[in-house]
Amino acid sequence: MNLLDILLAGSTLGGLYGLIAMGLTVQYGVARIMNLSYGEFLIAPAFLAYLGVTAWGLSPILMLLLVLPLGFIVQWLVYQLLLTPLVRRTGAGPALEVDSILATFGLMFVVQGVMMVAFGGNYHSYTYLSTPVQILGSTVAANRLLVLGVAIALGLGLYLLLTRTRMGTVVRAVSVAPRFAPLVGIDVRFTAALAFGMGGAMVAASGVLVSMFLPFSAAMGTMFAMKALIVVIMGGVGNLMGCLLAGMMLGFAETLVATFIDPGLTLAVNYALFLGVLLLRPTGLFGKGAR
Amino acid sequence: MSRRDAMAWGAGALALAGLATVPQWMHNDYYLSLLISVLMYSVLASAWALFSGPTRYVSLATVAFFGVGAYTTAVFGETLPWAAVLLIALGLGVAMALVVGLATLRLSGVYFVIFSFGLAELVKQLVTWYEVNITKDLGRYVFVDITAQDIYWQLLVLLALVLGLRAWIARTRLGLALRVIGEDETVAVHVGINTTRVKVLLFTLSAAFMTVAGAIMAPRWTYLDPTIAFAPAISFQTLIMALLGGAGSLFGPLLGAVPLVLLFEFLSANFPNHFAILVGLVFMVIVYAVPNGISGWLRRRKHHGGGK
Amino acid sequence: MKPLLELKGLTKRFGGLVAVNDLSFDVHAGEVVGLLGPNGSGKTTAMNLVSGALPLTAGEVRFDGRTISGLASHQIARLGVARTFQLVRVLGGMHCRDNVAAGLAFRPGGLHGRAAERAAQQLLERVGLGAQAELPAAELTYIDQKRLELARALALAPRLLLLDEWLAGLNPTELQQGIALIAALRDEGMTVLMVEHVMDAVHALCSRCVVMNTGSRIADGPTREVLSDARVIEAYLGSDDVEETAHA
Repeated sequence: MNLLDILLAGSTLGGLYGLIAMGLTVQYGVARIMNLSYGEFLIAPAFLAYLGVTAWGLSPILMLLLVLPLGFIVQWLVYQLLLTPLVRRTGAGPALEVDSILATFGLMFVVQGVMMVAFGGNYHSYTYLSTPVQILGSTVAANRLLVLGVAIALGLGLYLLLTRTRMGTVVRAVSVAPRFAPLVGIDVRFTAALAFGMGGAMVAASGVLVSMFLPFSAAMGTMFAMKALIVVIMGGVGNLMGCLLAGMMLGFAETLVATFIDPGLTLAVNYALFLGVLLLRPTGLFGKGAR
Repeated sequence: MSRRDAMAWGAGALALAGLATVPQWMHNDYYLSLLISVLMYSVLASAWALFSGPTRYVSLATVAFFGVGAYTTAVFGETLPWAAVLLIALGLGVAMALVVGLATLRLSGVYFVIFSFGLAELVKQLVTWYEVNITKDLGRYVFVDITAQDIYWQLLVLLALVLGLRAWIARTRLGLALRVIGEDETVAVHVGINTTRVKVLLFTLSAAFMTVAGAIMAPRWTYLDPTIAFAPAISFQTLIMALLGGAGSLFGPLLGAVPLVLLFEFLSANFPNHFAILVGLVFMVIVYAVPNGISGWLRRRKHHGGGK
Repeated sequence: MKPLLELKGLTKRFGGLVAVNDLSFDVHAGEVVGLLGPNGSGKTTAMNLVSGALPLTAGEVRFDGRTISGLASHQIARLGVARTFQLVRVLGGMHCRDNVAAGLAFRPGGLHGRAAERAAQQLLERVGLGAQAELPAAELTYIDQKRLELARALALAPRLLLLDEWLAGLNPTELQQGIALIAALRDEGMTVLMVEHVMDAVHALCSRCVVMNTGSRIADGPTREVLSDARVIEAYLGSDDVEETAHA
C-alpha cells in the first residue's frame, strides 16, 4: 500500500469511528448514561440494510435515510422505558452510572441474542458500489469514498444541529451543567431522551455505512461499542470535534498497524492508545473528562 | 474474637467438611458436574464481589482472567507439575490485574468499566494472534490427569479461601476503608485513605481467584480455543449471580450462584438457541426488581421489622 | 513565630477562567481566620487547593513549614489538615459511630476496634450527637449531619481545620449552638480557616479576615477593620457609581 492508500483507508475508517463516537458522546454527555448496548444498535441497522438490499432490493442510501428516524425513535424509547426508571430510582450521580451500566449491559445481551437467533453468528455482507475509483493515482472502492463523504456530512449536520438550533443549545446546556439547566426552564429528562434519540440516529446511520463496505456479524457489536467508548474518552466527553480527531487517530493507527505489523492486532492498538491517554491525559486529549 | 464469631467460623468449617465429603458418596456424574459448576460460579461471583461489591466499580472482565487461567493449564498442564501450573496462573492474573488496576483505578470508575468491558476481547485477540502466528494452531487439547473429584475439592478449597478472605477483611481496617470508598470516595480520600492502593489491592486479589479458578476448570473442557476460553457468557453470568445474591454480603454470591446455575442449566438444555436472550432478560429483571440482591432484600426486611 | 499555614501566590485556572489569582496569606497557630467574599470569588476553590482536592496551576501551599501543594489529599489529611464540605458529605449508609470511626482509623496513630468505638462515642457527644450513635447517617437532620461531619473532621486529630460554610443554612438557635461549638474548639487552641457568609459567626469567631473578590485578595486584617473597608463593602454590595460586570 502506498501513502495515499493508507491516507484514504485511514480517513475512511477514522471518519466512521468519529461518527459512531459522536452519537455516543451526545448520549453520554447529556444523559450521563454509559450505553454499553450502543454497539448492538449499530449492528441491528446493518442487518436491516442487509435485508433491505438482498431481500427487498432497496438501495442502501434509502435504508440510510430510513434508519435515521428509526434509530432516533428506538433509542428514545430505550431511554424512556428502560432508563428513566433508573434515573428516578437513583437520581443522577454515581449510583445512576452503576445502574445504567448494568441495565445497558443486560440490554446488550438481549439484543445480541435476538440477532444471533435471527441471523446466526456468520459474517454477512452485500456488494454496493464496489467499483474501483481512481483518485490521484490510487485506487479505492467507491463505497469507501461514499462512507467517508456521508460520515462527514452527518457529522457536520449534527454539529450544526447542536450549535445553530435552539434545541441544540438546550442539549449542550444540559451536557455542560445538568444541575443548573432546570433553573433556566430546561426539562432535563426530556432533553436527555432527545439526546439519546440523536445518538440513536447517528449510530443507526453508522450501522448502514458499516454494512456498505465491511462484513459484519451479530457478535461484533461489543467491539464497536468499545471502540466508540475509547474514542469518546480520548476526545473528551461531549466534544464533537474531539470525537472526530480521536476517531481519525484511531482509524489511522489501526490502518498503519494492519498494514505494516499485523491485521490481527487492531484491538491491541485500540487499547494501547487508550492506555496512553489514560496515563498521560485522562481528561481527554481535547476536552473535559468523564466526570 | 467473640463467641458469636467463633461459632460462625466453626459452623463454616463444619459446612466445609460436610461439602468435602460429597464426592465420596455422590456417584452420579451429572450431579457432581452440576455441583462443580455451582462451586465454580460461587468462587467467581465471590471473587467478583470481593472487589466490585464494596467499591461499586463494576468489573466486566471476569472471563479475561478466567480464560488466562484456562489457557495456562492448556499450555503448561502436560509439562509442568500441577502446583506449578496454578502458580503460573496466579502470577499471570496478578500481573494483568496490576497493569489494568494501576492504569485505571486512580481515575473515576467510568474508565475502569470501559477498560474492563473490552479487556476479555483484547486478551482473546492477543491469544488468537499468538496461536495463529507463533504456534500455528488455534485450538489446544487439555490433557491433564485430573479427576472430577479433584477439581471439586480444589474449587471447594478456593471457595473457602475467598469466603474466608472476605470475612476476614470485613473486620479489619481494610474492610472499613472499602466501605468508606463505596459510600463516598471523596470522603475516603479526605480521611487519609489511599484509595488507589486499596482498590488495586482488592482488584488484584479478585483477579487472582478468577485466574486460578480458570486454571482448575480447564481440564473439564478437553479442547480449548480462544472463543471457548474467553466466552463473554462467563463474565455475564458471574455478574448476574453476584447481583442476584447481593454483592455486599458474604454469602450473597452463593445465594445467587446456586439457583442461577440450575436455572441456566435448564435453559441451555431446553432453549439452546435463545439462551443469550433469556439470560439477558433474567439479568434485566434482577437489575430492576432486586437491585440490592436477595441479601439486600433480606437485610431491609430485618430492619423494618419482621412482622410485615 | 512561623505561620502554620502559608498560601504563596496560589493560582488556579480552569481553561480561560482564573478562579484563584495569586492568593497569598498566612494563618498562625491558634488563629481563627475567616475567608470571605461574594459568590464566585474563589473561596471554596482556594479551600480545595489547600486540601488537595484540586491541583493548583501555580504557587505553593505550606503547612507547618512543609510544602503540601502537589501532595495527594489523603497525604494532606494524614499530615493534620481536616475539612468539612460546602455540600455536607456524610457516609449515609453507615451509622454515625462508624462515620466518626472512619476519621479515626486512617490517621497516623489511628484507632480501630474497641478503642475506636470509645473515642468515636466521645466525639459524637462532643458535637451533641451522643444519642444518635447507632443511627444511619442518612437519617439525620441537616444540622446533625453537619455536626457529624465536624466530628469526623475532629477524629483526624487535625492541627488545622478547614470549614467550608459550615454555619450556612441554620436557624438562629442552631446557629448559636454551632458558633458555640467552634468557639469551644478555638478556646482549646485549634487553628481554623473558615469560609463563611454568616456575618454573626464571622464577628463572633474570627479574629482576622481575608476577603477575596473574583479570585484575588482585596483585604487582610482584623475583622472589624476589614468589614468596614470600603473596597470590601463595594465587592459585596456593588457600587452605584461604577459600572460593574456581573459577579458569577
